[in-house]
Amino acid sequence: MTKNEISTDVVIIGAGPVGLFAVFELGLLDLKCHLIDILDRPGGQCAELYPEKPIYDIPAFPVISGQELTDNLLKQIEPFSPKFHYNRMVEKVEKLEDGSFRVVTDEGEVFLAPIVVIAAGGGSFQPKRPPVENIEAYEGKSVKYSVRRMEDFRDQDVLIVGGGDSALDWLLNLQPIAKSMTLVHRRDVFRAAPASVKEMHALADAGKINFHLGQIGSLEGEGDQLSNVVIKAKDGSEINVPTTRMLPFFGLTMKLGPVADWGLELNDNLIEVDTEKFETSVAGVFAIGDINYYPGKLKLILSGFHEAALMSQAAKKIIAPDDRLIFQYTTSSTKLQKKLGVK
Amino acid sequence: MKIIVTDYDGKTHELEGLEGWRVMEVIRDWGLDMKAECGGACACATCEVYVDEEWVEKLNPASDEEEDMLDQVPDAKGNSRLSCQILMSEELDGLKVTLAPNSKS
Repeated sequence: MTKNEISTDVVIIGAGPVGLFAVFELGLLDLKCHLIDILDRPGGQCAELYPEKPIYDIPAFPVISGQELTDNLLKQIEPFSPKFHYNRMVEKVEKLEDGSFRVVTDEGEVFLAPIVVIAAGGGSFQPKRPPVENIEAYEGKSVKYSVRRMEDFRDQDVLIVGGGDSALDWLLNLQPIAKSMTLVHRRDVFRAAPASVKEMHALADAGKINFHLGQIGSLEGEGDQLSNVVIKAKDGSEINVPTTRMLPFFGLTMKLGPVADWGLELNDNLIEVDTEKFETSVAGVFAIGDINYYPGKLKLILSGFHEAALMSQAAKKIIAPDDRLIFQYTTSSTKLQKKLGVK
Repeated sequence: MKIIVTDYDGKTHELEGLEGWRVMEVIRDWGLDMKAECGGACACATCEVYVDEEWVEKLNPASDEEEDMLDQVPDAKGNSRLSCQILMSEELDGLKVTLAPNSKS
């Protein structure tokens, strides 16, 4: 066993609302969970796409925002001390000889668990790639979708595309160390924090950055080294911007990702499950929430909650086949109340 | 009321829409491929369509929120709109749109 191996009862892939509620239902049955998510925080779509948007169809909440729903779920599952692993994508789920699973992330961690629950919604969030010819060739070295090491940008000709907070924050942070800094955005309105926008305009007025209204036209360079970006300006002209590093910031989009390679039966990019246990075609691997498919499926958060409850009963039977499972209510069971820390 | 949708392969489809439905919902209801990953909350920009020039002026202008989301489309055009922000009505009977590659799932 290496130091990177973690053993647990259940690995939950995806820390959106349904993954979070699964911790609760599994917790009531004494199953411990580790959650893995590609985002840097819990909440999934609720956190990434619509934290401020109202949701009106959560039972008993006439209105609740994506962020409030996430916060409430985190509070609800606190008694079960789930462990979160963010900024990671699960690459492999392998069945071992003893029937349990080995789950490997892109950061090289290994999780060992008898149960895997896929609650990955629409898949993993990935940066949007501009549809520019040959951009893949430059990715990694010259084209990056996030800044991991600022040093990679020192003395480089940097071009940032976009008009949100990521674009402007990195523009302001990297400008002092870059050889040159250019910003390209499709319009003269920015959805970033007003203070950042003001600072960017000041830098542009002082001639310390270049700002072009337009879009990326084409890329020029050799191998993975970018040297020039042709901008299609709003007025129809073309502008050549010498560039050695490009940062496109167009937000995130969901891709099914490696899930497709785990040997599970799929139905049009969704994972087939039964409606008794929400188990996939591989025993011990469950799929709940938006990522699963069964006849009549509705992609609602409340459906995912229901699926989590039934899945948990089935998971418990796999882990402890000889235990007698007594169905209990949190309102009346002192046992459950103890687990929740309220008695 | 009808909308005429050109898909990614250039094929046109005549879709029957209902008053008050979002154009995005009509497109998905007819089984055309459209990601629309946020489900109509104006929060993802993956239901982008190009509106036929003759119809651009007839639509309600994009809200600030919609313009903000269009910023997340790397190759947005002047006639790009998010189809979840266009509601079907009698006035839009015959609306012509083309699915933008960015909306492909």
